[in-house]
Amino acid sequence: MIEPGKPAPEFSLRDQGGDMVGLADFAGRKLVLAFYPLDFSPVCSDQLSIYQEVLPEIEARGASLVGVSVDSAYCHRAFREHLNLTIPLLADFHPKGAMSRLYGAFQEDRGTNNRSLVLVGEDGIVRWSHATPSVKEIPGANLIFDALDSAA
Amino acid sequence: MTDLTTAGVPAVRSEDRVRGEGPDAIVYLDLACPHCAATWQSISELALRLVFRHFPVASKHPRAPALHAAAEAAALQGAFWEMCDSIYRDQGHIDDPHLWERARGLGLDLDRFECDRRSEAAAARVRRDFESGIRAGVTGTPAAFVDGRLIARGVARELAAVADGSG
Repeated sequence: MIEPGKPAPEFSLRDQGGDMVGLADFAGRKLVLAFYPLDFSPVCSDQLSIYQEVLPEIEARGASLVGVSVDSAYCHRAFREHLNLTIPLLADFHPKGAMSRLYGAFQEDRGTNNRSLVLVGEDGIVRWSHATPSVKEIPGANLIFDALDSAA
Repeated sequence: MTDLTTAGVPAVRSEDRVRGEGPDAIVYLDLACPHCAATWQSISELALRLVFRHFPVASKHPRAPALHAAAEAAALQGAFWEMCDSIYRDQGHIDDPHLWERARGLGLDLDRFECDRRSEAAAARVRRDFESGIRAGVTGTPAAFVDGRLIARGVARELAAVADGSG
């Protein structure tokens, strides 16, 4: 995973609505990137649902949270509707995993992302990163709040 | 701002819903979760001191907050466990008229039930449990804690082992 202290790599990815989203869209705010393997998979569904439940608390700390996987924008749209998510989902679809590779989140052997979190500060510097040892393990939302409080 | 940073699971508190005798098992459950319903059938008869903590995941299960509030409203009339048992027995009927029917079936005062389940106190009570689960690292339901150890998978099997002394 990308190490704290490094500048967050620039990116430009489509969100669930097809709009291009990049780091500049979060200027002046903290950004939590939640990398996950695949839309609709059971563990990913649990993960995004839990984060959705605490999204207002994350935003109250001056942070935005977005999900990133290799699924397409259309798939993201369906996944958001399925789980009633308002969390923006970014499609690292083509070239597949290009942005996730820059953050060290792409698993070459599986062709999907690992399950990891990256906190980018208001200044565009990575403040914290965390990958679970197994994709079956979900990083708890408590870890996001630990990181946000440490970076405050 | 609510503190949601990492913290150990709270020990059994006076406001907890507790049933049974045996080793303590603190269980975080979503009343609209089918996995929880299946687990409930297995664990509710075990020789455990079962501590029920609310963990409704509303995005995944939009009716979950209403069900948990209904359980808290039933608790005020001494029927918390009966309401939980009723919901877990049949998760196909969870709209408001179904909740009124369940309340009537349990002999509850319906006007009081209706008022209590919509109260801020019920929502706040449920949210306190939910937040304690978030802080303790709960990432899905069902999840249990035994002696502070998080059990996130195979809850029914693990708690059966705890109940018979082998876990």
